[in-house]
Amino acid sequence: MRQGQWETVIGLEIHVQLATRSKLFSGAPTAFGAEPNVQACAIDLGLPGVLPTINGEAVKMAVKFGLAAGATIARHSVFARKNYFYPDLPKGYQISQYELPIVSGGGIEIELDDGARKRINLIRAHLEEDAGKSVHDAFQAMSGIDLNRAGTPLIEIVTAPDLRSAREAVACMRKVHTLIRYLGISDGNMQEGSFRCDANVSLRPAGSTTLGTRTETKNLNSFRFTELAIEHEIERQRELLEVGQAITQETRLYDPERNETRPMRSKEEANDYRYFPDPDLLPLELDPETIETIRRDLPELPDARCGRFLRDYGLSPADSQQLAGARELADYFEAAVAAASGEAKLAANWIMGELTAALNRNNLGIGQCPIDAARLAGLILRIRDRTITGKAGKEVFDAMWESDLEADAIIESRGLRQVTDTGEIAAMVAETVAANPAQAEQYRNSPAEKRVKLIGYFVGQVMKKSRGKADPQQVNDLLRSLLEK
Amino acid sequence: MHRTSLKSLSDLLQRREISSQELTRFFLERTERFNPGINAFITLTGEHALKEARAADHRLQHGEAGPLTGIPIAHKDIFCTEGIRTTCASRMLDNFTAPYDATVVARLKDAGMVMIGKTNMDEFAMGSSTENSFYGPARNPWDESRVPGGSSGGSAAAIAAGMVPAATGTDTGGSIRQPAALCGITGLKPSYGRVSRYGMIAFASSLDQGGPMTRSAEDAAMILNAICGLDARDSTSAPQPGEDFTRDLDRDLSGIRIGLPREFFDARLDPAIGGLIMDAVRELERSGATLVDIDLPNTALAIPVYYVVAMAECSSNLSRYDGVRFGYRCENPADLMDLYCRSRGEGFGDEVKRRIMVGAYVLSAGYYDAYYLQAQKVRRLIRDDYRQAFAKVDVIAGPTTPSTAFRLHEKTDNPISMYLSDIYTVAVNLAGLPAISIPAGFLNRLPIGLQLIGDYFAESRLLNVAHRYQLATDWHRAAPETYA
Amino acid sequence: MAFENEQIAGIARLARLGLRESELTAYNRDLSRILEMIEAIRGVDAATIEPLAHPLEISARLRADKITETDQRDKFLAIAPSTSAGYYLVPKVIE
Repeated sequence: MRQGQWETVIGLEIHVQLATRSKLFSGAPTAFGAEPNVQACAIDLGLPGVLPTINGEAVKMAVKFGLAAGATIARHSVFARKNYFYPDLPKGYQISQYELPIVSGGGIEIELDDGARKRINLIRAHLEEDAGKSVHDAFQAMSGIDLNRAGTPLIEIVTAPDLRSAREAVACMRKVHTLIRYLGISDGNMQEGSFRCDANVSLRPAGSTTLGTRTETKNLNSFRFTELAIEHEIERQRELLEVGQAITQETRLYDPERNETRPMRSKEEANDYRYFPDPDLLPLELDPETIETIRRDLPELPDARCGRFLRDYGLSPADSQQLAGARELADYFEAAVAAASGEAKLAANWIMGELTAALNRNNLGIGQCPIDAARLAGLILRIRDRTITGKAGKEVFDAMWESDLEADAIIESRGLRQVTDTGEIAAMVAETVAANPAQAEQYRNSPAEKRVKLIGYFVGQVMKKSRGKADPQQVNDLLRSLLEK
Repeated sequence: MHRTSLKSLSDLLQRREISSQELTRFFLERTERFNPGINAFITLTGEHALKEARAADHRLQHGEAGPLTGIPIAHKDIFCTEGIRTTCASRMLDNFTAPYDATVVARLKDAGMVMIGKTNMDEFAMGSSTENSFYGPARNPWDESRVPGGSSGGSAAAIAAGMVPAATGTDTGGSIRQPAALCGITGLKPSYGRVSRYGMIAFASSLDQGGPMTRSAEDAAMILNAICGLDARDSTSAPQPGEDFTRDLDRDLSGIRIGLPREFFDARLDPAIGGLIMDAVRELERSGATLVDIDLPNTALAIPVYYVVAMAECSSNLSRYDGVRFGYRCENPADLMDLYCRSRGEGFGDEVKRRIMVGAYVLSAGYYDAYYLQAQKVRRLIRDDYRQAFAKVDVIAGPTTPSTAFRLHEKTDNPISMYLSDIYTVAVNLAGLPAISIPAGFLNRLPIGLQLIGDYFAESRLLNVAHRYQLATDWHRAAPETYA
Repeated sequence: MAFENEQIAGIARLARLGLRESELTAYNRDLSRILEMIEAIRGVDAATIEPLAHPLEISARLRADKITETDQRDKFLAIAPSTSAGYYLVPKVIE
């Protein structure tokens, strides 16, 4: 079979760590980065006789996700035990949900490279506890077990096998990432493992409707690695299939250093998980009023907000998507627009331009931005009413970044007010033209299309002379009339 | 003194006619004398007890005492006790000291009771004879060549021999009631959810329930008062309001309907025991109760359903014993698999391993529906039998066990013969109902037990019927000669 | 119900119970007896019956999201068979 005749089929299992203070079944803290085992209490350690109790906030967060994805929230769901032995799994079973998950169905929309939109169906999302961590390199012939993470609440989101490429898979992962951060149910921190995914990948002859044998690549903890791992896995499977070899259904691990996947040794033995309802926990019942209350408190979701930015603020699709892509950024933008008398386009330009660049330079998130939306709006207003030029605006912005001062105070103290006195500007224009006779001559002898570039030289000279305070449009007009006289 | 009721001991302590330290020393001395022959205790905590007794005396002196303050008690070695080892009679936990108290232990400590030791039991509560103990079998004070029953056999034997006036036990399929019957004492298995399971090492979570083992229903009511009630740390503990279980003990039995299930009095019951149970039931009739014949049609299925459910749950509950964070670990494990297999293979006894294996099997792919799920369905049928019965009667009466105490090793060759010791008790756990076993006579000088089963959370009614029976009879006062 | 000893060894491995070769026959005999006893439930017509997982058919109570546990690592590590630098140790795990 020739290359290109295979269709890729991908389904994701996305694990999202919920942003609760305490664990899913114990009152131990969930904070990241503690000394090993200091956040593992008797319940997390599975000591004899201890019992789990359900964290209500984790349940609420799972419901929020389900509602946001348009899924069905189960009135009755059940925690089940998934039984297997592993040193980072203290009880010898993981408390998860199996036959009756809290969330089923629903879907999300992703944007494809060609701009088209595609719905990715979700099969389910269930609550479960995370396992601990094994440290392999620190001890001679031994592994160290740190159970701080054991018991941390997760939702596992399982997509239908609707994804057809690594790009789509990553777009789906990004969309879920945006959504969970919008909902405030997870910090989505991928370096800390708060957001990771397993990818089920299979190939089938194009046009076939049956699924091929799949592999599961585990613990993909960045968008880039997910894309690379899936691409590698597609290529590996294609090569095998093309020489007529069968795919082994197995669990694989992605090695980012070698950019390849390999079978997981610990999963070689087929597992029989022996799921059954956890007899230590009673069924989880949610009444419709509780679900409705949670629904009423949902924030505006990214797709809706993006649409509103497009419609109400007249932003471009790309700008709308970028600004609506993170809840805090969108909130900042809207606060700035409101404080800047609805000046949406200027606000969008400043936020996506200077502000984002400065944040990136300083490695800050929008939440840690030293210029709040109201101060930025103060600057935008002065640009809009032409008190200062855009160029002076950049100087004001830099000064605001370094201080708590308002834009007006900086403009006054630095004398950055735009020069609007025509006489004063006309004098500067005349002086500049007189000082550059050769360029003036060249301008006059050039065709119209070359003049645009040449006049830029004169504008620059005048702006320098005015220390950026002259209105560039006014300078332009005056130069033109003088040079073309 | 060792035959005195808790209420009388309480009065003596309150009136300062005896101190808790004196009382504690008295029982410790009896324990030291008799335990070597009975092996009722795994761990004796004499020093700890005297310290608690001193504290109890302080409370008594300062008027801060409750009705149980200063009275000694023993805990089945399945209840975690902070700072004192908890073995579950297993090599696996021979070296295990919990850093916390079980809720039952904490509540009795708060009530001022003095713990004198941890009692012997079948390993992880799996057994009906206390022979499955890493620390050797306990013996029945009525005949030391016989078993005390199990799994709470140590607690039952300790009370029967007068080593302690009260003890805690746990009942997953009869483990309080059966040894109570075989040792001639009173044992109450409360409604599922009545007593917190926190810190009580799990055998089968949907069946396990802790409860009092005492010499009388009145004593049991006093202990239940202290240990019952909602516990935020146990999701399955019931939000039932607290009550004083001693309040209605004396209530007249007229109007009470007592159900006699035909299935409990059929050919499988030793006719001699059947006769004694009928004598006991007639005594209740004389006290004003009405007898009603009832049917519990699914009774014969209770044993197989029980063993499927119990083994499935235990196979998972006992996975945490892996030699990593606590408990027994094999020498020089070659690799992780070896660590698991040898630690568990060497740490658990045969009966525990059998049950874990059957449990793993009935839950495994391909067998789940046929065994585990089917058992859950039949469990509902059994539960519904009882629900229907309680629409007609207030209390169900019958034998606790099909025979009197058997000899050591009599049933160790075939696990099934041991499992059949529980035929009258397991359905109660499947349904989650309260039940009590009280002494109701002797057969060949061995005690037999009358089992009374109540509706959900009707412990007050059960204790009332049991107490009226004990007002009318003296069986519960009988003591084995050597320990009289 | 009869098992092959190989099946018994398989179940023991699933449950991580090290059994000696010589023990398999005895376990086989006992497990077969138990399974035979359990067989009785398979004949019951319960197709339309809801499984009963729990005697009390009530729903779960939910806990407030509060930190109630304090660090007791040293206490917990003290009862562990093998630890180092705050970790529990096991023979090297190969992922």
